[in-house]
Amino acid sequence: MLIPDKDVWVTGEETLAEHLDRRGVSRRSFLKFCTAMATVIAAGGLSTGDALAASVTPELIARKLGELKKPVLVWLQLQECTGCMESVLRSGDTTVEELVLNLVSMDYNELVMAAAGDNANHNLDVANAEDHILVVNGSIPLGEGGAYTTVGGKSAEVILRESAAKATAIFAVGACAHWGSVQASRPNPTGAVGVDAIIKDKPVVNVAGCPPIGEVITASLVYALTFGAPPPTDTSGRPLFAYGNRIHDFCPRRARFDAGEYVQTFDDQAARDGACLYEVGCRGPETFAPCPITQWNMHTDWPIGAGHPCIGCTEVQFYDRFTPFYQVLPQVKVPGLGVEADATKVGLVLLGAVGVGVAAHATATAVWERREARAADKVNVPLLGDVVTRETSVPAPVPPPDSPPASDTAGTAGTDGGDQS
Amino acid sequence: MSNRVVLDPVTRIEGHLRIEMTTKDGAIDEAWSETTQFKGIELVVKDRDPRDAWAFVQRICGVCTAVHAVASIRAVEDALQYPVPKQADLIRNLVLGSQMVQDHVIHFYHLQALDFVNVVGASKADPVKAAAIATSIEPKYDLNSVARFTEVRDTVAKILASGQHSLFTNGYWDHPGYLLPPEVDLIGVSHYLDALSFQRSMIQINTIFGGKNPHPNFLVGGMAAPINMDNEITINQVKLDKIRGLVDESLSFAENVYLPDVLAILAAYKDYARIGASSPNYLALGKAGYNGSGYPTNSGFTPGALFDGKLDVHEFDMAKVEEFVTSGWYDYSAGNDKGLHPFDGETTPHYTGPKPPYEWLADRDKYTWSKAPRYDGRAVQVGPLPRILMAYVQKDAETVEMVDPILRSLGLGVADLNSTAGRILGRAVESVLLARQMKVWFDQFVTNIKGGDVTTFNPDKWEPSTWPTSSKGVGFAEVGRGTLSHWVHIDDAKISNYQCVVPSTWNGSGRALGQKGPYEEALSNGHPLVDPKAPLEALRTIHSFDPCQSCGIHVLDAEGTEVAWAQVQ
Repeated sequence: MLIPDKDVWVTGEETLAEHLDRRGVSRRSFLKFCTAMATVIAAGGLSTGDALAASVTPELIARKLGELKKPVLVWLQLQECTGCMESVLRSGDTTVEELVLNLVSMDYNELVMAAAGDNANHNLDVANAEDHILVVNGSIPLGEGGAYTTVGGKSAEVILRESAAKATAIFAVGACAHWGSVQASRPNPTGAVGVDAIIKDKPVVNVAGCPPIGEVITASLVYALTFGAPPPTDTSGRPLFAYGNRIHDFCPRRARFDAGEYVQTFDDQAARDGACLYEVGCRGPETFAPCPITQWNMHTDWPIGAGHPCIGCTEVQFYDRFTPFYQVLPQVKVPGLGVEADATKVGLVLLGAVGVGVAAHATATAVWERREARAADKVNVPLLGDVVTRETSVPAPVPPPDSPPASDTAGTAGTDGGDQS
Repeated sequence: MSNRVVLDPVTRIEGHLRIEMTTKDGAIDEAWSETTQFKGIELVVKDRDPRDAWAFVQRICGVCTAVHAVASIRAVEDALQYPVPKQADLIRNLVLGSQMVQDHVIHFYHLQALDFVNVVGASKADPVKAAAIATSIEPKYDLNSVARFTEVRDTVAKILASGQHSLFTNGYWDHPGYLLPPEVDLIGVSHYLDALSFQRSMIQINTIFGGKNPHPNFLVGGMAAPINMDNEITINQVKLDKIRGLVDESLSFAENVYLPDVLAILAAYKDYARIGASSPNYLALGKAGYNGSGYPTNSGFTPGALFDGKLDVHEFDMAKVEEFVTSGWYDYSAGNDKGLHPFDGETTPHYTGPKPPYEWLADRDKYTWSKAPRYDGRAVQVGPLPRILMAYVQKDAETVEMVDPILRSLGLGVADLNSTAGRILGRAVESVLLARQMKVWFDQFVTNIKGGDVTTFNPDKWEPSTWPTSSKGVGFAEVGRGTLSHWVHIDDAKISNYQCVVPSTWNGSGRALGQKGPYEEALSNGHPLVDPKAPLEALRTIHSFDPCQSCGIHVLDAEGTEVAWAQVQ
């Protein structure tokens, strides 16, 4: 223990009450001190008419002092690329320094912690032994007995299970922790899975994205700190405050989509006029993410704003389901529709489901209905963002492949499925 | 009497690195560099559309974040003989350059500094004295004020007094190796916090051109952000004004804060110019930020290598790059003692280490997920220092002009740069030069727009019908941690082979051809380690390479995986 004051209370390993107890200050003496403090505070309250202060009891003070600790945060990095931590460093609202210096005590994180080696592992053991918030970046490779990712000689799975045991809340931050991300895409060479494939006995909040927006990561944590419970989520475990609507619903180019003004080739005149990127592969219509609203890097810009189609990085299996990225939509089999639908059909179904001018309302309805659907165990249509259900959100019948979309909904969005190579 | 020491995790790096050492009499005898993570992204990218590859391989690393994407599109463009508009080249340079300056700043302040700057010392410093010192060495930096230093000292003191030390918990604060006066510690911690703010704004150049960071968007054939000075959403005057401000700000921070801080700190740790000498061979293909298709041209100097500590340039020959698996958990079909050129590369991951949890890896021949690249049969260092050295020995004016006075002021010679201090210094010097180059690139970009050149994408080779049936290509980039190359084969419009040879495998590799990798070499041969339980000296030297282990776990597509791949299809 290489810190100037080697006292464990100072290192945060025990509360003030535990510390005093261990140092021979009896519970009785401590309560006596609290009684004296309560008298002072209550007297102050009486004189100022502050009823709350007047009602302060020695027991309350003792309890509050005994609890005088910031929440402990354990932030693991398993099989990943550190992009999620870098994203947190970029958060400009609740900054990373505000988070780790004022709001919580981040006692373990490989990227920024001062300690290394044995001292780092000791920090983790101490934090794991008490209540803590757990954030996980990275997937868990199950192949080769866990040898594909080890830290301190332990496999990622063991590290995760040890840290999850006493966690009071678990946040899987980023696509790797959510579902495995790029390394879990075909052929998934290491057998990578997300956190909720391992941790089944506790809810896992999935802060989705590759990486998620920094502000969304910090806000997810601050939400939990503020309300004492993690934010409510959709069926993919994603917080509704960030993933309740599609990119498409709030896209500033939405009017261009509705008007049928599409970029056909990068840097064509339509691109220079700010037209819609759907025809060059934009996944905004299928992607639930806050990018158009929150934007990136302190609200500087966002992918579609900078002229590139959304690649759908908040959606499960997007590297397989949404590729090739520059085609309108990949050829996919759509569970629930029972057909081998092509891109055009799926796009039309989607457009039919949402319609013009009621996008936000329709999505809100879809979210509400999804919750209903979950309760009723209805069949989801995963392609459509794991959100809309067949019964409620795809009201329009699937049109024949070559028929144009209804003129009052989709413009020319449903034209032939792009540059099939 | 030799003792085994394990440092795992090596923290304040990207990825998962384990160092095993044997020590004797307060010094390290032998060291092994062990990458303990494998993802297999090069297997995943196989059989996909080469225009998509950048988005996959970019996720090799979220710290470098832009660099693998750039190397990928350059490799694909080389294979397809796909010319890129001049403005797209400049946008790529601006994205890569801004990311690198930002990355160097993060590395120094947030990953390296706590090895030299003592947080407990900072909590006891006199803010008035600290301000006097800081303004004497950095007169142009506004935040070197008594008020700011008081605020930071109080914040740190409060955290230490609270008993919950957060990220500072269990640092090596009472190690005798900390030498700075408390006031300089306070300046360091204060600039640690300032640098967090700086990196948040500096990176916004990536956001304007690439939509976000980490993992900005790129495009084979150009860049996706269109230029239209008369539209709200495109690259226009508002965005150019913002970029200009960010370029100015980054140059100001590099010149007025980062480099002076490094000089002040190294002045107190001059021993580290005698510690951490590594393989005396260097490879550098161009100045920082260079990125291109095929053999490097117009890269700022003659691409090449320096051997055996001598200053003669051996011009780069692509055929002399080979990778070995003698210490890596892979098999080669022709035998594990062979080296393979990246275009002929094969990888079959084959873990032969102990089942986790384990205590010790280095008693086996194979002990890491890193392959071992060698150039002309030699372990070589890559990175900012090799680039600075290469420019210096080729008498590059701006480099010589900057390096000579610094060496004089620190009382060092060129030979001393092969050291822990030298690598830290090289990174800071490079940041200033690169930030200056950013201004050149930006001015050129604006001049071109004024001349009517607003083209950012070439559609001619976008359609796969225009591609050859079979092709291969390479992209080189000189990025944060050194020389990066991606090597791609494209057959029938799909990737048939993809391989990355990356800085952290050059530097962090294990043994091959009887030579240690550069991390291992730097840590061996009597490197100091006073207290094995507080391996501060080892951390200083490892961090001086800026390890990025996720980059170091490139696995290539392997002939041995063909069957598995066919099944997936």
